[in-house]
Amino acid sequence: MSAIRVPVIEKIFSANDRMARLNYDRLQKDRVFSVNLMASPGAGKTSFILQTINRIKGVHRVGVIEGDTAPVTIDADKIIQAGMPAVQINTGGDCHLDASMVSDGLDQLPLSELDLLIIENVGNLICPAAWDLGTDVKLLVASVPEGDDKPYKYPNIYRGLDVLVINKTDLLQYIDFNMDYFRQGVEILNPGLVTFPVSCKTGEGLDAWIDWLTSKVKEKKLH
Amino acid sequence: MHELSVTENILSLASDHAQKSGATRVTAINLVIGQLSSIVDDSVQFYWDLISENTICAGSILNFNRTPAIFRCLACQHEFSLEARLSPCPSCGSIRNQLISGEEFYLDSIEIEK
Ligand SMILES: Nc1nc2c(ncn2[C@@H]2O[C@H](COP(=O)(O)OP(=O)(O)O)[C@@H](O)[C@H]2O)c(=O)[nH]1
Ligand SMILES: [Mg+2]
Ligand SMILES: [Zn+2]
Repeated sequence: MSAIRVPVIEKIFSANDRMARLNYDRLQKDRVFSVNLMASPGAGKTSFILQTINRIKGVHRVGVIEGDTAPVTIDADKIIQAGMPAVQINTGGDCHLDASMVSDGLDQLPLSELDLLIIENVGNLICPAAWDLGTDVKLLVASVPEGDDKPYKYPNIYRGLDVLVINKTDLLQYIDFNMDYFRQGVEILNPGLVTFPVSCKTGEGLDAWIDWLTSKVKEKKLH
Repeated sequence: MHELSVTENILSLASDHAQKSGATRVTAINLVIGQLSSIVDDSVQFYWDLISENTICAGSILNFNRTPAIFRCLACQHEFSLEARLSPCPSCGSIRNQLISGEEFYLDSIEIEK
């Protein structure tokens, strides 16, 4: 008996991609602008989300999905304290959120009352890049103490981004971080990437991000 | 690492296609994996042997066809591969490139018996 070759040519993530498409359609129906926020642990994801909420809460309603590898609700509690609906998704040790976990999160949020959804992905620079969640944009929070070589070491995550936030700029004066070298790596991988250097501690640079974000939220309402 | 979920995806894709083609057994799985897709072959192989047990894919061989990351320079059209590190175009120094291969991640084909 000889083996027969059967051509397939199907993406390994095709099942996830189909689910991501359904998430996208649900958010589209309620005109909710959505952000998949990725970063390494401690880069400032939760701080950045809280700063964002504080600056737009008078104008827009924000829902948050918090992805965590363990059943700790520390981050979700902070969002709820800030007055916005949040759901905690425990990935059960998995290194990333996938589209079906996000779908479960969407079930628990009042989508028709929201203008913006932010998903805090699991802190990791490798795995989340591979799993599309169905958001409008993918955003990475890179932070100065992680070093200026990260685009060179983790090219994959930089390739797929729509927005880059460089956080903890208040620490630039203490750390050898060559901004030109960092940005050159980013430019090679993702030419013209929308980038906001910010400090979630001092608030520096956040206005430019908020302007960009609110224009996207409004645009989504119209389309 | 997400190799376990990746391996589960491969198994479900391969089993679907095997059933559709009326296979009694799958002997090989041919994957195409780009250099930038950060998948560790060894751990996929490890999970594969575990989770394919008692399925139509039991005992099949995983073949990893690795494609290199190749950039084309938008200034001078020179094509170069990603060596150890990202770098500007080695021919003209421009940093404006287009990635033309290296992000593939798909199941190319399966080999079956019927
Ligand atoms: N100096 C400084 N520290 C920051 C900044 N943003 C966040 N942090 C601190 O970094 C730590 C991790 O922040 P967190 O938001 O929990 O990061 P996450 O793990 O990515 O969600 C906390 O101690 C924050 O106070 C910043 O812009 N500057
Ligand atoms: Mg956090
Ligand atoms: Zn060139």
